[in-house]
Amino acid sequence: MSMFRIFDVAGSAVSAQTQRLNVVASNLANADTVAGPDGQAYKARQVVFQTLMMGQGAQAAASAGVRVSTITEADTPGRRVHDPQHPAADDDGYVTFSNVNAVEEMVDMISASRSYQNSVEVMNTARTLLLKTLQMGQA
Amino acid sequence: MIQRMTGVLDFQTQALTLRAERQRLIAGNIANADTPGYVARDFDFAAALRDAVRARGPGGNDLGAPVAGRAGATALRYALPAQTSMDGNSVDMDRERASFVDNSVKYEATLRFINGSVRTMLDAMKSHNQG
Repeated sequence: MSMFRIFDVAGSAVSAQTQRLNVVASNLANADTVAGPDGQAYKARQVVFQTLMMGQGAQAAASAGVRVSTITEADTPGRRVHDPQHPAADDDGYVTFSNVNAVEEMVDMISASRSYQNSVEVMNTARTLLLKTLQMGQA
Repeated sequence: MIQRMTGVLDFQTQALTLRAERQRLIAGNIANADTPGYVARDFDFAAALRDAVRARGPGGNDLGAPVAGRAGATALRYALPAQTSMDGNSVDMDRERASFVDNSVKYEATLRFINGSVRTMLDAMKSHNQG
C-alpha cells in the first residue's frame, strides 16, 4: 500500500527538520560564547540534507525521504572584540567570539519551521485520505 | 454480467492506485524541499492511466494486483525549475503544494465515484421489498 509510505517520507522530513532546528538552537545559544567544546571559539554548525530512497525494488524511485548526512562547521573567522580585561583575551587584548551570524540563524529557523509545517500537513492529508479509503463502500 | 458491473470499478481502481502513487511522489518532493541537488519529479497522470488501462486489457476481469503502479508502468519525469537555486534543488514549493492539494481532491473524487458505483450495485442487488 503505497499511501502508508507517505508517513515514512514525511516523517523523515520532520525528523531532519527537527535536527536542523536543534542545530539552529545550539548556534543561537552559542552566539556569544568565547570557547567551544575544543577550547577554540565556537563555530556555527549547519546540517546537510541528503535524499534517502525508502522503498524497495520498483517503488524505491518514488519514495524519496530525506536525512541529515553531515553537520558542517563554518570556517569564517570569529568576531574579534578588543577587551583586554576579558579573561579569554589574547596577547593583543582581543577576544575571539563565535562566528555565529544571528540573522542567518533566524532565517534558517524560519525556513526549517515552514518545511516542518509542510511535512506535518502532508501527513495530515495522507491520514484523512487513508481514513476515507478505509470507509470505502460504507457511506 | 458481473464483469460489466465491475468494469467501472476496475477503471476507478487503477485511477485510485495512480493517485496514491502520485501523492507519495509529491510527498517526497515536499520532504526534499531543502536537499541540495534534489530534482523534483512527477509523472503524466493521464498517460499513466491510459497505459495502466491498456496493460489491463479490454474487459480484463482477472483477479489480482492492479496494473497501475507496477514496475515500469509509470515513467517519472523531472520537473524544470521555475527559478534556479544555487544548491541545484529544483523543488518549487508553490507548485508542489498546488499539485498536492489538486491530487488529494482528485483522490477523494475517485473515492466518491467508487462509493457511488458500489452503492448503485448494492441497490441493484437488493430486492424491491427490502426497502
